[in-house]
Amino acid sequence: MTMIKVQNLVKRYGSNYALNDVSFEIGEGEIVGLLGPNGAGKSTAMNILTGYLSSTSGEVYINGVNILDDPIEAKKNIGFLPEQPPLYPEMTVTEYLNFVYELKGCELEREPHIEEIISVTKLSEVKDRLIRNLSKGNKQRVGIAQALIGDPKVVIFDEPTIGLDPKQIIAVRNLLRTLARRHTVVLSTHILAEVQAVCERVIIINKGSIIADERTDDIVKTIEDGYRYKVKICGPAREVELALRRINGIKSVESTGERDLDSYSYVVESEKNVDVRKSVFNLCVSNNWPIIGMEPSGTDLETVFIRLVDRSDKVNETKKRRK
Amino acid sequence: MLAIYKRELKSYFVGVIGYVFLVIYLAIAGILFSYTTMFSMSSDVTNYFTLMLVFSAVVLPLLTMKSFSEERKTKTEQLILTAPVSLPAMVFGKFLASYTVFGAATVLTSLYFLFLIPYTQLKFAVLFGNLIALLLVGMVFISIGIFVSALTENQLSAAIGTIAIILGFLGIGLVNSLIPTSYAIRYVFDAISIFTRFQSFVNGYFEFASVIYYLSVSGIFLWLTIRVYDRRRFG
Repeated sequence: MTMIKVQNLVKRYGSNYALNDVSFEIGEGEIVGLLGPNGAGKSTAMNILTGYLSSTSGEVYINGVNILDDPIEAKKNIGFLPEQPPLYPEMTVTEYLNFVYELKGCELEREPHIEEIISVTKLSEVKDRLIRNLSKGNKQRVGIAQALIGDPKVVIFDEPTIGLDPKQIIAVRNLLRTLARRHTVVLSTHILAEVQAVCERVIIINKGSIIADERTDDIVKTIEDGYRYKVKICGPAREVELALRRINGIKSVESTGERDLDSYSYVVESEKNVDVRKSVFNLCVSNNWPIIGMEPSGTDLETVFIRLVDRSDKVNETKKRRK
Repeated sequence: MLAIYKRELKSYFVGVIGYVFLVIYLAIAGILFSYTTMFSMSSDVTNYFTLMLVFSAVVLPLLTMKSFSEERKTKTEQLILTAPVSLPAMVFGKFLASYTVFGAATVLTSLYFLFLIPYTQLKFAVLFGNLIALLLVGMVFISIGIFVSALTENQLSAAIGTIAIILGFLGIGLVNSLIPTSYAIRYVFDAISIFTRFQSFVNGYFEFASVIYYLSVSGIFLWLTIRVYDRRRFG
């Protein structure tokens, strides 16, 4: 079932397009990452999804309800953590969550519900402390807890791990993953590892337009031109490198410079749809160079991302020139 | 709405603003009361209420200055604006919270008049007329304050802006007495002037038209506040 449906969303500030014809659908229970460089339009998109901003044109449906036609009904299905958690420093965690409970007009039984959220977000130890005195990681947790009140079908997190230390980041990511079972989760980030760690699906935005919308596992494949392997071979470095280059189907060989006793590592990239592993093996056998290791070295999301962004920038430039 | 009202009301007394307001308000009211009645051996309450009106114009912005500006600055407004709450409910909740503090303070200060009972025959009709007038004018001042605080992130600008608008509304009636103007202009200025209308209450006339006037001006400013938020979404 579709939880979020976005059709031809446009947000214009003067002559600048923050979002330009963005459409996507997100199903129940999905956990989707909205990825893009800073200023790509992620926050704008999220603010429109949650009804904080209005779009210039286009439609947003949350659980089948149009957010402009019936904002109150649509907002009942949304929990939102903005980029800066909306906290009142003079309140204790419990007071704050009770306020949010009342604000949202929540109908679940109050005490067990708030207790459950406190335990899910691991805030039990600090629940009676003033928000002002909490660490940044805990403040972020309170922000997440706030979004979960009322058990909304859709939860939207804008940069949920920004400014946290590595340990807190891992904890928040784990928390996000557990939420996906009960809620549809959308999170924005400019950190690629985060999408890989948490999301099943990634929507990449650059300059207000979607440039990719794929399963996280597939996205690497769509951009790759061939296969890459990291091979560790015992043998004279220069000779091995030259011999590898002569193999049919190998596009490039790169020495990584890593040395492990008498073996050296190389990254071998093949043409598309050619498996060069056997040829590499045969070459080494005939030269008596033992292979210590061979592993696929996939293009990481970082590279994919940069390539996609570059590609979309180029497309935009040529479009502009034509105009 | 209730949630916003409760939080807002509580926030006055978690911080210092609520106490500062109450202390200043009660103290100045006490001083004005002593001078206008006790020390001048008079049971006439009109001077007291006229002075209280001017004093409220300066001190009420204390209550409203942070109302929206602070939420905007700390981005907590994002929580309220993405919660299933309508804009009118949000604005009205805030307004009621400020009005509750002012109303409580005003009712409290009217207890001062009990001190006069042993010495004089109080005209309760005049007293209540004045009290209602002050409560109505306070409503207008607070609505103006709420509106201005929705325009800025800065509390100080909100306070100063509010005082400026209020003084404009108060002073417009004075223009008539200072500059000779045509009857038509004088009539319009008198109609708009909060002060001129207040005078009729003070003198003991309960003018229904003035009640409607105060309610409308207050309503207009609250409506404008809602419009500010409605427009900002399209920013």
